[in-house]
Amino acid sequence: MSDMYNVSSSPHVRSKDTTDRIMLYVIIALLPASLFGIYNFGFHALLLIVITILSCVVSEWAFDKITKRKDTIRDLSAVVTGLLLALNLPPTLPWWMAIVGGVFAIVIVKCLFGGLGQNFMNPALGGRCFLLISFTGPMTSFANSKYYISQGMDAISSATPLAALKAGESVNTMDMLIGRIPGTIGETSVIAVLIGAIFLILMGVIDLKIPATYIITFIIFVLLFGGHGFDWSYVVAHLCGGGLMLGAFFMATDYVTSPITPLGKIIFGIVLGILTGIFRIFGASAEGVSYAIIFSNLLVPLIERVTIPKPFGKGGER
Amino acid sequence: MNKCTERIYNGIIKENPTFILMLGMCPTLAVTTSAINGLGMGLSTTVVLVMSNMLISLLRNIIPDKVRVPAFIVVVASFVTIVQFLVQGFIPSLYDSLGIYIPLIVVNCIILGRAESYASKNPVVPSIFDGIGMGLGFTVGLTCIGIVREILGAGQIFGAQVLPLAENGGLGYTPITIFVLAPGAFFVLACLVAIMNVVRAKAEKKGKPLPAAQGCLAGDCASCGQSGMCTGKRNTASEKKENA
Repeated sequence: MSDMYNVSSSPHVRSKDTTDRIMLYVIIALLPASLFGIYNFGFHALLLIVITILSCVVSEWAFDKITKRKDTIRDLSAVVTGLLLALNLPPTLPWWMAIVGGVFAIVIVKCLFGGLGQNFMNPALGGRCFLLISFTGPMTSFANSKYYISQGMDAISSATPLAALKAGESVNTMDMLIGRIPGTIGETSVIAVLIGAIFLILMGVIDLKIPATYIITFIIFVLLFGGHGFDWSYVVAHLCGGGLMLGAFFMATDYVTSPITPLGKIIFGIVLGILTGIFRIFGASAEGVSYAIIFSNLLVPLIERVTIPKPFGKGGER
Repeated sequence: MNKCTERIYNGIIKENPTFILMLGMCPTLAVTTSAINGLGMGLSTTVVLVMSNMLISLLRNIIPDKVRVPAFIVVVASFVTIVQFLVQGFIPSLYDSLGIYIPLIVVNCIILGRAESYASKNPVVPSIFDGIGMGLGFTVGLTCIGIVREILGAGQIFGAQVLPLAENGGLGYTPITIFVLAPGAFFVLACLVAIMNVVRAKAEKKGKPLPAAQGCLAGDCASCGQSGMCTGKRNTASEKKENA
C-alpha cells in the first residue's frame, strides 16, 4: 500500500530522535573533554572514567534485575551519567570512591525515584555532591596537569585557578582556555568543552537558552559583585575556571532536570547564574557550579508550574 | 497476651513510632549521629512518656475536654524539666551532645499523641505500659539509626572503633562523612523504613501478615503519613458520612 492511502491516527511525522540516539550524541560531545583529561592527567584519569562508567552501568543493570524492571541500560543514559560524573572527579581520587559515587548516582538519585525521566536531580551531580560532602579531602585536592610537571614546577598538587582567584592571586587565562591547569578530569579545557557543546547545538540536542542566560547572568553578577569592577580578565578567568562551561552546556541542559517551557528555561538560567555567583563570590568554597545546578533542579517543578504557555485559542483573563 | 504485654508489643513492633507511625521525626533525624546519642534520647523520651502517661491517665476525669492540650503540655513540660536537670547533673556528656533536643522533648508528638489517643482514655496501668512500649519502640528505632550512621560515618559502635581506619595510606576504612551530617539521617531512615516495608510485604505474601497499625491518632486521613497503608481508612470515611 502506498503512503498516499495509508489512513492512520496521529502522530504522522515521527522524529528520528530516540533516547539512545541523543545519549550517544552527548557521549560523542563529551569525548574531546575526556580525551584531553586523559592526556592531561595520565592513566589514572582513564582508569577513573572507565571505572565510573562501569559502576553506573552495572548498578543500573543490577537495580533493574533485582526490582524486576525492564532492562534500561541500552538507552545509554547510565553511560552518560558515569562519564559526566567521572569528568567531575579530581584525577587523583581513589578508584573505590568513584564506584561509590557511581552507585549512589544511579541507585539513589535516579532509579529509586523511577529511573530516567523521573529523577528530580541530575544524577551525576548528585553523585558528585555526595562524594564532595563524604570525602572532602580527596575530592578537593587536585593534581597538577602534565604541562606544569613538564615545566618542572610543583609536581604534587596545587590550587585550582578559582582558589587562586579567591586568594587574590593572578591567573593565566590562556592556560585556562587550553586546560593546562589543575582541576577535575573534564573541566580544565574550555576549548575541548566548547567543541563538544557546539557539536550538541549543531545536532539540535541542546537549546542555547539555558547556557546563554546562565553565562550572561553570571557575567553580570561577577561584574556587579565581584569586587573588581569592569576588569574583564577577572570575568574571563571566572568563566574559564572550574566547572562553569561543563556545567552550563552539559549538566544544566539535562532534559529531565531542566524546565521544558521556553520562558522557564530563561528563568532557570538566570537562577543558575545568580546562585553560582553567590556561591563563588560570597561562599566559603571557591567552586559553586554543582551546588547551583542541583539546587536549581529542585526549583524546576515550580518554574514549570508558573510558566505554562497558554494554548492557542484560550481566552484571555477578564 | 494480657493488656500490659500487649501494649509493650504494640509499641515496639506493631506501631513502632519511628518506623511505622513516623512520629517524632525531628529528634530522630537530628540526634542520631551516634548510637549512644540515639539511645540516650530514646531513654529520656521513654522516662518522660511513662511519667506523663501515668499522670495524665490519673487526671483524665478531671481535665476539662476544651483545655486538655494545654493541660497535657504543662504535665509533659514538668517532667521534661526534671529529666533535663537529671541528665545535666548525672550524664553531662550526653547533655552536651543532645543540647537543645532535650527541652524539645516537650513538643515531641509521640508524647502528646499517646496522651491524646491513649492515656486520656484508659486506666493507669495500661497507660504506663503503653508509655513503656512506645518509649522502647522509639529507643530501638533511634538506636538502630544511630548504629548505622555511626558505623558508616565513623567506623564505630557506641564509641568503640570496629572498623580500623585507613591511616597514612594503609589499608582500612575511610569514613563516609555524609552519614554523620544531616543528609545521612534522611538516607538511613528512608532505607530502614524501606527494609521494614519489604519485610512486611513479604510476610503478607506468605499469608502471615504482620499486624497492621490500628491506632489512628488524629482521625485525619489527609494529613496522616500512614494513610497509604491504612486499612481502616474506608471505615472511618463511611462512618463520618453516616454521622453527617
